[in-house]
Amino acid sequence: MPDTTFLGPALGLSAILFSLGAAGVLLRRNAIVLFMCIEIMLNAVNLAFVALAQLHGQSGYILVLFVMTVAAAEAAVGLAIILAIYRHKQSVDLQNINLLQG
Amino acid sequence: MNLTHVVWLVVALPLAGFLVNGGLALWRPRAKSAVSVVGAGVLLAAFAVAAAIFLELLAQPPAAPVIVRLWSWLPVDRLQVDLAFQVDQLSIVMVLVVTGVGSLIHLFSVGYMREDPGYARYFAYLNLFVVFMLVLVLGSSFPVMFIGWEGVGLCSYLLIGFWFSDKVNADAGKKAFIMNRIGDCGFLVAMFFLWRAFGTLDFTAVTARAGEVLTPGGAIVTAITLFLFLGCTGKSAQIPLYTWLPDAMAGPTPVSALIHAATMVTAGVYLVARTNVLFAMAPVSSLVVAGIGALTALFAATIGLRQYDIKKVLAYSTVSQLGYMFLGVGTGAYASGIFHLATHSFFKALLFLGSGSVIHAMHQAYHATHSHEDAQDMRNMGGLKQYMPVTFWLMLIATLAIAGIPPFAGFFSKDEILAAAFARGADSPLYYLYYAMGVVAALLTAFYMARLMAMTFLGPNRTGEQERAHLHDAPWIMTGPLVVLGVLSAVGGALNLPRLVGGHAALERWLEPVMEPARQFSHLIMPEGSTEYLLVGAAVAIGVLGLWLGFRSTLGQRIPTAHDAPPDTGLALVLNRKYYVDELYDALVVRPVEWLSRVVLWRGVDQGVVDGAAVNGAAVVSRLLGGSLRLLQTGQVGVYVVLFLVGAIWILRAVIR
Repeated sequence: MPDTTFLGPALGLSAILFSLGAAGVLLRRNAIVLFMCIEIMLNAVNLAFVALAQLHGQSGYILVLFVMTVAAAEAAVGLAIILAIYRHKQSVDLQNINLLQG
Repeated sequence: MNLTHVVWLVVALPLAGFLVNGGLALWRPRAKSAVSVVGAGVLLAAFAVAAAIFLELLAQPPAAPVIVRLWSWLPVDRLQVDLAFQVDQLSIVMVLVVTGVGSLIHLFSVGYMREDPGYARYFAYLNLFVVFMLVLVLGSSFPVMFIGWEGVGLCSYLLIGFWFSDKVNADAGKKAFIMNRIGDCGFLVAMFFLWRAFGTLDFTAVTARAGEVLTPGGAIVTAITLFLFLGCTGKSAQIPLYTWLPDAMAGPTPVSALIHAATMVTAGVYLVARTNVLFAMAPVSSLVVAGIGALTALFAATIGLRQYDIKKVLAYSTVSQLGYMFLGVGTGAYASGIFHLATHSFFKALLFLGSGSVIHAMHQAYHATHSHEDAQDMRNMGGLKQYMPVTFWLMLIATLAIAGIPPFAGFFSKDEILAAAFARGADSPLYYLYYAMGVVAALLTAFYMARLMAMTFLGPNRTGEQERAHLHDAPWIMTGPLVVLGVLSAVGGALNLPRLVGGHAALERWLEPVMEPARQFSHLIMPEGSTEYLLVGAAVAIGVLGLWLGFRSTLGQRIPTAHDAPPDTGLALVLNRKYYVDELYDALVVRPVEWLSRVVLWRGVDQGVVDGAAVNGAAVVSRLLGGSLRLLQTGQVGVYVVLFLVGAIWILRAVIR
């Protein structure tokens, strides 16, 4: 019988963190902050994976490793793009970046 | 060895000729001697094969038609149509006429068309025509016959418009094609009816089961036969669809002889004779066929009286003689109709080829002096007898034959048809009227032929002083076929010599197995004894009278040349303008159709509905749709995230529930 003592609080924390991240993504306009909010959301999901791994087997731990790898790659590419945008526009405010407007 | 089964060779030989000549026309148009050898050679070979088959049939007449099945053509559920040829007494006679007269006309063409740059193309078309004509007469079912029926129409179109760089010729070709299409519609509808009634389209099956499937005099058989006859009026140039044939004279003269006199236009007569049992079961249709035939014979003959173009006279004469044939098959004298078809193909081919010789000579004479006079206008001819004696004597034979003077071919065949119409009068008095119309048409025929001969060959020459030196008979390659046709026109009556003069009615007895099924529904008792003598005497008297009147009235007056002739007035003008039928059709059909096409279909349907509503409408709708959806694409990442989130939640809700 797996230990489920911390399952409820862990999932609750995960939900709070995810909501915080999502709210940040929706509300903030600074690209760096937005980026950090995405990281928060990813880590919230990681927390949920780890918590649930006790119930559903080892695959939860492995998925966390995957998410971290992808997040690292994403951070590398994303920060490079943000840097390029800053060099071009002298700003990382997303409201000014609307080149793809139809 | 059974030769009947190689009947496909008769069709394959001209087809090979078409392929070779077509290839030569494309890549070696200068190789005229090769074209001549192939073009005329395949026809002579086909004639030889046909004659061999005929001799075999003659030795052992088959009781039932021999069906030579080549392959399965349309295997569609219950509709099974084989590409098969039917060899019987009727089709072999037609094959002999087509290949025999066709060979002579091919030989004539070698001389007539020698100078033409389109020589190879001409022979390719001519060979192709013979292929389709043979498919038409040999086909063992309605659809196979229809291949030939359509094919000869196509070749007719191609050859009428052979000199297509003149708009008049191209228009004449189109007119012929369209008029024929109207008739072909009738043929198709008749086929649909037959399919519904019989479930098969083979001639043998339809003939055998007609008695049990259809009620004699019933609505279905009447509809079938009337629609078939509509097809015939198109192909065989009967009222109301005859106007294309005189215009078809725009083609080369040998084409007029082969297609528009001897063979293709007789296809309708052949069709009626082939389906004789259906027509015998529908007395109303037969009455219509005979009536249209008699009316056409008379109507066209009156137009022929006042034409000046030598080929136009012969064209209306052809329409008129075709009317005779329909009068014959309409009265139930199917064998007489076919007999007249055969003799007519001899003397009319001779007349056309003779007129071709005349036009050839006239054309060369005018060409030599760089004159631009009309080489086909009889008012520019006259006195050609001393320059072209051979042509004159041969055409005189043909004239006597068509006028019905014994013992020439036309006398026997025309007399039989008139006698049959008279005999049918005993059942239905309307036929007496048809007989009278036929007699008057015979008088007019003799008259206009005498006029043609007198204007062309007799009297003083009106061609011109310098041109006269260039007039002479055609070379032997052209005169040779004329001599053969002259002999046939003179003795062709022997094919079906009546008992009156000690003959055995050979053709009629030969065709008996094919015409037998009609016998049980409509039996024709031909007049005998004193009545027959009276009818024959009247016919001869009429012919002689017509010729005498024609020669006398034409030679008795001074004929001005086409250049300084006063315009016709009164009745002469009406006849010369062909009763204004072309103008009438133009006003009643052509112009309304053009108006409908231009105003309703083009401006209304095409520009309005298709271009406006459909094409541009679709563009407008997609532009509006795109324009409004474009507003979603703000370029603001935040908006996309909101939409993404809303979507994700929405999907989650659906999944979790």
